[in-house]
Amino acid sequence: MRNLWIFISRYNAFFFFIIFFGIGIYLTLKNNSYQQSITINSTNEVVGSAYERLNVLKHYLNLGQVNDSLAIENARLKTEILALQNIDSNQTVKVKDTINQQQYTLLAAKVIKNSISLRNNYITINRGSTDGIVKDMAVISPQKGVVGFVQEVSEHLAIIRSLLNKNTAISVFIKKNNAFGSLVWGDGNFDYQKAYVKEIPNHIKVKVGDTIITSGVGSFPGGIEVGKITKTGISTGDSFMTLEISLFNNFSTLQYVYVVKDRLGAEQKNLESKLPNE
Amino acid sequence: MNSRTIFINIFRWFVLLFVQIFLLRNLNYYNLSTPFIYILFILVLPFRIPNLLLFILAFFTGLTMDAFYDTLGVHTSACAVLALVRILFISVSVNRDAYDEPEPSLGNMGFKWFSLYALICILMHHLVVFFLEAFKFSEFVYTLSRTMISGIFTLLIILLVEFTFHNRKAN
Repeated sequence: MRNLWIFISRYNAFFFFIIFFGIGIYLTLKNNSYQQSITINSTNEVVGSAYERLNVLKHYLNLGQVNDSLAIENARLKTEILALQNIDSNQTVKVKDTINQQQYTLLAAKVIKNSISLRNNYITINRGSTDGIVKDMAVISPQKGVVGFVQEVSEHLAIIRSLLNKNTAISVFIKKNNAFGSLVWGDGNFDYQKAYVKEIPNHIKVKVGDTIITSGVGSFPGGIEVGKITKTGISTGDSFMTLEISLFNNFSTLQYVYVVKDRLGAEQKNLESKLPNE
Repeated sequence: MNSRTIFINIFRWFVLLFVQIFLLRNLNYYNLSTPFIYILFILVLPFRIPNLLLFILAFFTGLTMDAFYDTLGVHTSACAVLALVRILFISVSVNRDAYDEPEPSLGNMGFKWFSLYALICILMHHLVVFFLEAFKFSEFVYTLSRTMISGIFTLLIILLVEFTFHNRKAN
């Protein structure tokens, strides 16, 4: 104890310095808001980066658990895919259309006859009136794109009027600006990967590469991507222009299609039929 | 330590802080250098002053500066550093038995010793002041250059003051 006292008194300057410098630093930190905020910030930085490192470690340690859950999820999804591919079961997929507050039901169907090279092409599917298919239902492709409308229905089969038919017209939007148009095929074009969008007003600005989607007017649910614009400004001589688009779906390899059941379709048709014919 | 020394130091304290606060506070060279001549008071305190008293005087001088500069704690810390540097420098450069001179002024100790003493003390003090003020190392070079330029500025003024009073005393 005595030695300690001698030590302290010999180096008293240093201990005085520690005390007074400590007071000075304390005052600096306590009373100057700038230094205070800096200290707190850097403290947070230190704490934050420490937590970040810890989290990386935690992630790594949890990888096994995550893998397990992903494997389980994969198995479940694969089961679902298999169920969807089994066309002969009456599997249906429900699509909630939040825009129109309508509920569309998709019915998977297998294409049993298809043509793409005629002027007016038709597709036959393995679904009929027993599956609830009625005339004028919309048909879409599994991934992207539209297929056509139901034209004729028998008990177990149905004939679809393909988009590749000069009597087919589908109401579409240009996705970018919601300009309204009519998707058609034919009129000298017999390429199954091309179609035309007609009746786009001349003042609408369009670009090559813009996406075309269904408008939701008619039997098709809105927002289905149809194709991409490949050529613009085909003048028709009046106040409308025609766009050439390339279709997203390939009709030549079409194997499965979805028939869209519109819960409100019949009601809408019934209601609209009450309008006086002009 | 007689009453005359005490009176002179009190008088010096008031004059230096008055000049510092009301004159040099407004003197600023491109926001780079501000001279702090008030530390001359601590530099020329008598040799035989007890360490505790030296620290207490330095502390209150710094506190007064902080009160006027609105930088509470910055000059207080810097003055604590200054006091330590002063004690260390004197202990290594001046023979303890040869404290025949009352205080480490230019006139008593000679130009060479005093300018080195002042330079080291000023640089340490300014280093603490500017780094505590900036409170980050990201502007290290800028803060260091402020320290250097201000330190030279302060040293010149302190030497000027010392020369003036030394000559007058000699007369």
